[in-house]
This record gives sequence, C-alpha cells and structure tokens, in this order.
Amino acid sequence: MGKIKMTAKVAGQQALTEDIFSMWIQADEIAAAAVPGQFISVYTKDAGKVLPRPISLCEVDKEQGRLRIVYRVVGAGTKEFSAYEAGDSIEIMGPLGNGFPLERAAGKRAFLIGGGIGIPPMLELAKQLDCEKTAVLGYRDVLFLDKEMEQYASVYVATEDGSAGTKGNVLDAIRKQGLEADVIYACGPTPMLRALKAYAEEKGMECWLSLEEKMACGIGACLACVCQSKDVDEHSHVHNKRVCKDGPVFLAQEVEL
Amino acid sequence: MINTKVNLAGVELKNPVMTASGTFGSGAEYSEFVDLNRLGAVVTKGVANVPWPGNPTPRIAEVYGGMLNAIGLQNPGIDVFVQRDIPFLKQYDTKIIVNVCGKTTEDYIEVVERLGDEPVDLLEINISCPNVKEGGIAFGQDPKAVEAITREVKRYAKQPVIMKLSPNVTDITVMAKAAEAGGADVLSLINTLTGMKIDINKRAFAIANKTGGMSGPAVKPVALRMVYQVANAVSLPIIGMGGIATAEDALEFIMAGATAVSVGTANFYNPYATVEIAQGIEDYMKKHGVADIRELIGCVK
Repeated sequence: MGKIKMTAKVAGQQALTEDIFSMWIQADEIAAAAVPGQFISVYTKDAGKVLPRPISLCEVDKEQGRLRIVYRVVGAGTKEFSAYEAGDSIEIMGPLGNGFPLERAAGKRAFLIGGGIGIPPMLELAKQLDCEKTAVLGYRDVLFLDKEMEQYASVYVATEDGSAGTKGNVLDAIRKQGLEADVIYACGPTPMLRALKAYAEEKGMECWLSLEEKMACGIGACLACVCQSKDVDEHSHVHNKRVCKDGPVFLAQEVEL
Repeated sequence: MINTKVNLAGVELKNPVMTASGTFGSGAEYSEFVDLNRLGAVVTKGVANVPWPGNPTPRIAEVYGGMLNAIGLQNPGIDVFVQRDIPFLKQYDTKIIVNVCGKTTEDYIEVVERLGDEPVDLLEINISCPNVKEGGIAFGQDPKAVEAITREVKRYAKQPVIMKLSPNVTDITVMAKAAEAGGADVLSLINTLTGMKIDINKRAFAIANKTGGMSGPAVKPVALRMVYQVANAVSLPIIGMGGIATAEDALEFIMAGATAVSVGTANFYNPYATVEIAQGIEDYMKKHGVADIRELIGCVK
C-alpha cells in the first residue's frame, strides 16, 4: 500500500522530559504499511503554517493500528502538537521515506546509535532487528527512551554533562566501553553522523545514516530537502538525493555530510 | 450540463485548474494522491538544456501564511525530461505544459526547439525565477529584455508560448505589454515575491541563498491585484496564480480576469488541492446557475 494523507486520532500523549513528548496515533492504514526508519508529515491546525513537520516513527503497533512519535518541542508547530490529548484529531501523511534495511544486519552484530531527538527511530528498529544489538544513546543531559530500549538491546549512554553514562558523545562511549559491532544504524545531529561515517570508514564497517533536512512536500516533488550524494541521483541526474524520498536512510559512503 | 472548458491560445483545457511550476514535479509523485485526468493541465518543474544542481540547502523556510523557497531550478535537463517525464504525462488525459528555464537566450531556444516535436501542448517560459543569479529573473525585470526573449522564443517555438511574469517589478503591466509586443500567446503570473527570513538563534539567514521566493496564501491579495491589472492592460489570456488554495480563491482570480489558474504551495499541505478546486468550481457553477465558466472570466470590472 502507498502513502496517504489522513485525519487520524490521537490515542494518547505524555511528556517524557520538559520538552520531549510521546504521542500514540490511531492510524490503521499507515501503521499497516510502516517500517522502521520511516517518518510521517504532521500538519498543524494553524492556517498560518503551511508546511508539515516531518517526524520519525518511534514505534509501529500493527496489531492495534497505531503509530508512536517522540518529538521535541522546538517551535510553535510542535508546541501545538504537544497540547493534543487522546481523542483529538491530527492530520498526518505517511508512511514516508525508505526506512532502515533490516536484512543488512542478519547474523551480524549491530550498533543502533541515536543522538538526541535522533533516538526515537532506533526503538522500532531495535524491536524489529533480529540480531545481536548494542544501542548507544547520546544525550545533552536528561535521558529518555533508554529504559524502553533495554527491553530490546544492550544499552550504553553518553551525556554531554556526564550526569549519566560516559561523559561525552556516542563515540566516546563506544571507545571507552570497548564496544564492537559489524553494522551501524544511526540517526542524530549532522556532526554525530559525520563522525560515525569517519569511524565506520576507519573500521571498515557498513554504516546506515538517517538524515534530516527542511522539507516541504515530503514526497519527492519539490526538491527542497536534498543532500549531496556521491552518485548521480535518479531524479535530476546531478548529485542531489532527496532526503524525503530517496532517504532519509542512506549508506554513509553514498552521502557527503 | 455546465461547461468548464477554457481555451488558451487554441488549446482547450477541460477545466481551468492546473499546477504551478515547481510545486508538482512532473506529476508522478502527486499521481499517488490525485487523478491527473481531473486536471486542466499539468505544468512541469522548470527544465533547462542540461541538468542543473540548484542551490545549497536549506532551500526553504516557513513564513506566516506561506513559505520562502530558493530551490534554484534543480532539474534533470531536457534529455531525461523528454525520455521520462513526457511519456509519463502522456498516459493521462490532461494538457502538458512544460516550464522552460535557461541562463542565456540560447539555452531557452535549445529547450524550446527540442520540445518542438514532442507531444507538449504549451510552453511556459520562466523569465521570473528570483533564485538563480544568471538567466531567469535577469530576463524578467526589464521590458526590453522581456520583449526580446519573447520574440526569440516565438521564432523557434512550435507550441503556443506562455510568458511567466515576475511580481518583483515596479509595474507589472509594463512587462505584460512587453511580452505581448514580443508575440506572447498567454501570460502567467505571479511568480514568487522575493523575501527573507533570519534565524535569530543562529544569527543567520534561514535560507542558504539568503533570499527566497515567497508563496502561499499570504501573497494572494497581491497576486490577485496584479492579475486584474494585467487583464486590463493586455488582450492576452492569463493564467492566474499566487496563494490559491481553495475553489473560492480560484474563482476570485477568474473573476479578476484569469482564464485559468495554477495551484502551487497548497499542494504541499493538501495534496488533493487541485482536484478539490476543480470540483469546487463546478459546485459553485451549479449552485449559482452558471452554465459556462467563460461567463465568469473577468466578470468583476
């Protein structure tokens, strides 16, 4: 089944930290088709805001037909979402993007690396990956989703202020704890992804990165959210892959960060 | 039976609703949401003689009631376009309008000539993109240049020619008259309004290009005023656009003098906007006993 735009219902919402919220959305058609690493476009109810907010899927409950998003309030749009309660309507489009290639980790050891608000998509990935999994989660200070992740993977934490786990970033945690894997799946801020790309090259590991960019259409038509790609892209035959459609997950060597 | 057909330079559209260049690709992505057979025409993303990589990111930013974009006319070039995008659109019962961009007169002519033998119904010449340094807007802000590029394109074009005008001028009717003098068959307006946004936390421009073209509902009153002015200044048919999101918006443009309308930014927040507008126009006509849409074109003087 393809992607659709629908008026869905909020099934429930709670604050995980001061500015990070977890929302379950009843959206049967999208949940039926969604895979880990995909995202949805969420539309505000304010007619003055014309662009959707792309938000990654944190969990997909196919049995109940529900999607979970975990997002940070960064502006007026996400502030509006954070006030939604169970039963409220929410306008969404999805599932969008390609998702993580699960099969690449079959029989191997996988790192699931999330930085900040890049952590949420790692949860559904951890649930669906059937291999030896080590999650390395990087935070500024306050932790979230780390306990839930422990059900599916060995979890190591890094915090910038050293309040939990290794003081520093995710690579500091990997090195200090002597962690090892064969394949990397990661989502987070660009400096983290850039560092992981270099680390993977040095170690000769396969590395899959989920990128972020400002988006308008979310479906590959407007060409706003491109990233620089090593190979000529299929759409424009230049070196610009579309994060929303060709990604958001790319093989690290494929993209210039 | 009501008539929603309109005529642009001899090309009959089943209804006046089309897509605004750059917001709809070549239709493939949106065909998952809307039946392209329901549209009067699909206007493609601008195509040049060779692939263009476009501008650095971020390329867009949201502003109140609209957005800024500086995509920079990223496109695959005419070769890929002819092999891939035209055959895709030919599967549908809708008119094909190809938006043509270039850095030099020769670039435009090369694309126009290549399209001469293709199953394309109209050409829309983009002389108004505010986001590329060479070409585009350089042709669109000086009446002598508008007339000259129009005349050159007309010499080589096999299809009727639409000149797409920029609102970033002192008097758009001067540009409209220049295009008419150069032999344009149809005018389309408006392209985006040059704008800016600053991210105060990063102390930087929100868009890598510094400026971007503003579109969306907030520009509609300006666009409508310009369509009205141009409709009263030239005798060419006009394609009106700028912030159209509903059938009511589209009808305003038609009553101001537009023969057809294009839907742009609205596609981004409502992928069904084009077909909803086509349906809404029909509903209005039935409700108000309008037998022929042509009764509405320019009916507000």
